[in-house]
Amino acid sequence: MTDNPQPGSPDKEPASEEQAAQTTLGNTERAEAATTPTASEQRPTLGRLFLENLWAANTFTVTLLSLVLAMIVGAVLMIISDPDVLATYAYFTARPADAINASWTLVSEAYANLFKGSVFDPGATTLNAALSPISETLTYTAPLVFTGLSVALAFRGGLFNIGAQGQAIMGVVLAALAGFLLPLPPGLHLLVAVLAGALGGAIWGFIPGILKARTGAHEVINTIMLNYVAVYFLTWLIVQNGVQDPNRTDAISRPVDASAQLPRLFGDGLRAHAGILLAVLATWAVAWLLNRSTLGFELRAVGANPDAARTAGISVTRTYVLIMVFAGTLAGLGGSQMVLGTTAAALTPLVVAQIGFDGILVALLGRVKPWGVAMAALLFGALQAGGNRMQSYAGISLELVTVLQALIVIFIAAPALVKAIFQLRAARAARLQTSLAKGW
Amino acid sequence: MAVPDVAVAPVDEGFWTRTRKVGLVLLALGLLATVLFGALATGEQARFTLSEDAAGAALEVNGTVGAIIFGLITLAAGAAMLAGLPKRWFIPALAVGLVAFVLSFLCWQISAAPAGQNFMPLVNIVRGTFLLALPLIFGSLAGVLCERSGVVNVAIEGQLLMGAFSGALFGSISGSVWVGLFAAAIGGSFISLLLAVFSIRYLVDQVVMGIVLNLLALGITGFLYERLMQTDAARYNSAPRFSNWEIPLLSDIPVLGPALFRGNIFLYLALVLVLVIHIALFRTRWGLRTRSVGEHPTAADTLGVKVLGLRYRNVILAGAVAGIGGASYTLALFSFTKNMIGGKGFIALAALIFGRWSPTGALLAALFFGFADQLATYLGAINSIIPGQFLAMLPYLATILAVAGLVGRVRAPAADGKPYIKG
Repeated sequence: MTDNPQPGSPDKEPASEEQAAQTTLGNTERAEAATTPTASEQRPTLGRLFLENLWAANTFTVTLLSLVLAMIVGAVLMIISDPDVLATYAYFTARPADAINASWTLVSEAYANLFKGSVFDPGATTLNAALSPISETLTYTAPLVFTGLSVALAFRGGLFNIGAQGQAIMGVVLAALAGFLLPLPPGLHLLVAVLAGALGGAIWGFIPGILKARTGAHEVINTIMLNYVAVYFLTWLIVQNGVQDPNRTDAISRPVDASAQLPRLFGDGLRAHAGILLAVLATWAVAWLLNRSTLGFELRAVGANPDAARTAGISVTRTYVLIMVFAGTLAGLGGSQMVLGTTAAALTPLVVAQIGFDGILVALLGRVKPWGVAMAALLFGALQAGGNRMQSYAGISLELVTVLQALIVIFIAAPALVKAIFQLRAARAARLQTSLAKGW
Repeated sequence: MAVPDVAVAPVDEGFWTRTRKVGLVLLALGLLATVLFGALATGEQARFTLSEDAAGAALEVNGTVGAIIFGLITLAAGAAMLAGLPKRWFIPALAVGLVAFVLSFLCWQISAAPAGQNFMPLVNIVRGTFLLALPLIFGSLAGVLCERSGVVNVAIEGQLLMGAFSGALFGSISGSVWVGLFAAAIGGSFISLLLAVFSIRYLVDQVVMGIVLNLLALGITGFLYERLMQTDAARYNSAPRFSNWEIPLLSDIPVLGPALFRGNIFLYLALVLVLVIHIALFRTRWGLRTRSVGEHPTAADTLGVKVLGLRYRNVILAGAVAGIGGASYTLALFSFTKNMIGGKGFIALAALIFGRWSPTGALLAALFFGFADQLATYLGAINSIIPGQFLAMLPYLATILAVAGLVGRVRAPAADGKPYIKG
């Protein structure tokens, strides 16, 4: 359904040299295949098959190329927003080397720092310094796995949960309250705080679920609205007596007790915490729920065709409510990590950052499959971690990461575009399509 | 409305018609106002001054008396509805009941304010309401244009933001407000164009695309803000501003005159646009085609309407409208800051839905939301015990109630959000 009606793409003009080279590569390869059947084509070797599939519009290739495209656009943004580099383009025809060198230095330094901040820094001398990028990546990944799973689970049931942000906020609120109001022993305190977070999200998911089931009110509208209700609730709550930090006048709550903090994984010097283990566990649980359980079957049936599901005796209304409660629970767990983990210890108006909205992107990038979501969250976590280093070392604003993330998902969502730009072959089993188009 | 696939709320039948249910709610509100607001109000005079401060003519009422009287009016409206008011009186009775409830609330609040502040300057309130509603009006009009032709527009936030940004940037560089205004329209259309291309040509889910575009606009404007505007604000972020234009005669009307007819171009433009779009949508050939494309594209296509072309045009036009709405900040009030729209695009979406996808409805909803916003500011100024955050929630809660069918059904254009594949 997403394939081009016409083969000609509006984006015939290659945006950069790299892209042009890719396109030419694709063209010659295709021309070769069409006109001169070589020996290897008559009896395809394993390597040849691999190469052919590599340049086809399958999930992996499209994802990778989307990343490349996004980084190209990001590079263009960096160049046009740098007056010094831009100045070299004024005399481009006279001395093109200047412009190219300046652009290359700027872009390569930024992206090198993105890599060093998220995966590995070759300049690291101590073990901690070497592990630090990975630790940062995992810290940012953990909550995104939860919000991504939340959106993905709802998607599979035919619901679009835009409310992961609000659910995460309610999760973080209850988790933090449990974290600094209840005097409980270590261990139990953490458990209670995590469960409180789950409960907060579940309540916030239940509301649009029951409204959808009972009145048919569209969950997209209601979850958007509830996001903002949650934001205002949080900003109100923070400054109340007993919640606000007594030593501060600004909007910040008391910090969560140490007994309710998630333990760190690699010692005190590194921020990675047990949340990532919970994330893996949650991914496994959601995968099991979707693919192996009765409820998962009902959920997918309702998502595929609610009328057929009802005819088959599945209670659609009950399933809708359950889906939203589960989705809310997951998002609430994700939100709770924002205070129980190492990102922050107290509530602030922006405590959950953008994890709910990023969760939507993560779910789409992960093709709404649990393990895909986990991988996508890892990529986004890496971009976030690398972005921090890019900001402090290369002076490139962290906002670029948001741009990259949005662009990646735009390209993923329109595989036909990527296919046309790079002249990809049609994949053997093309299951590339963006799901559900239902409107309000 | 795309959801007959679940158990639909029972059709109003028997004794508990919609009028009676709403009447019951009004009755409860009236009781609350009479008893609670009446008890909490003080004997101070609650003054509604017809100026910008405490001076000048005023409408006055004793706080307690006012709270009780207006509460009783709400009570009466509710009782009348419960007793089985004819259907054509539903809207007037509801309006009277709600307005009286708000007035009762205000009587309590104003009379309980700290000494010397027992007044509400109506000019300020009306002007503030319109000012805060401006981006909402433009944004929801953008939504109307898009969704009436069958494309869901969740990207209003992004369009407003991009408009605000490019208005500020190009207004600063060129030094001309008009260039800024034009650039703002182009900026908004840019986001719209992406929405159009990806949802119409590449059939990407429109809600997904809208959400992603919001993040994209947030990222691009935030990035360029830090790179350009923060480093050289004098050059990139000091756009000239439209001055206020006073309309002769009309500006002498009490309260409305100073509040409405001494505004800037955006205020007039918004009001004119509502009128123009309303007439265009319901009285012209373009409007008929747009609505038919939004309701039943196949039928429209059969009759020779170019469905996709019309959708492209309307979506891009919507972006321009929203872009101008964004400029109503940067070319009139503030300089650009990161994420300066801050969710107004989503309130605009709420206004669109609350206003039932009609331009005039959207205007009224936007004004209602603007009023709630202005009221929150006012109550903060008089140290009210009502937290501003709860008033800020009001637009969102009202929309949830509207969508859930508690205050009458809202229904989107039938083909809203469904891509059209010519076949």
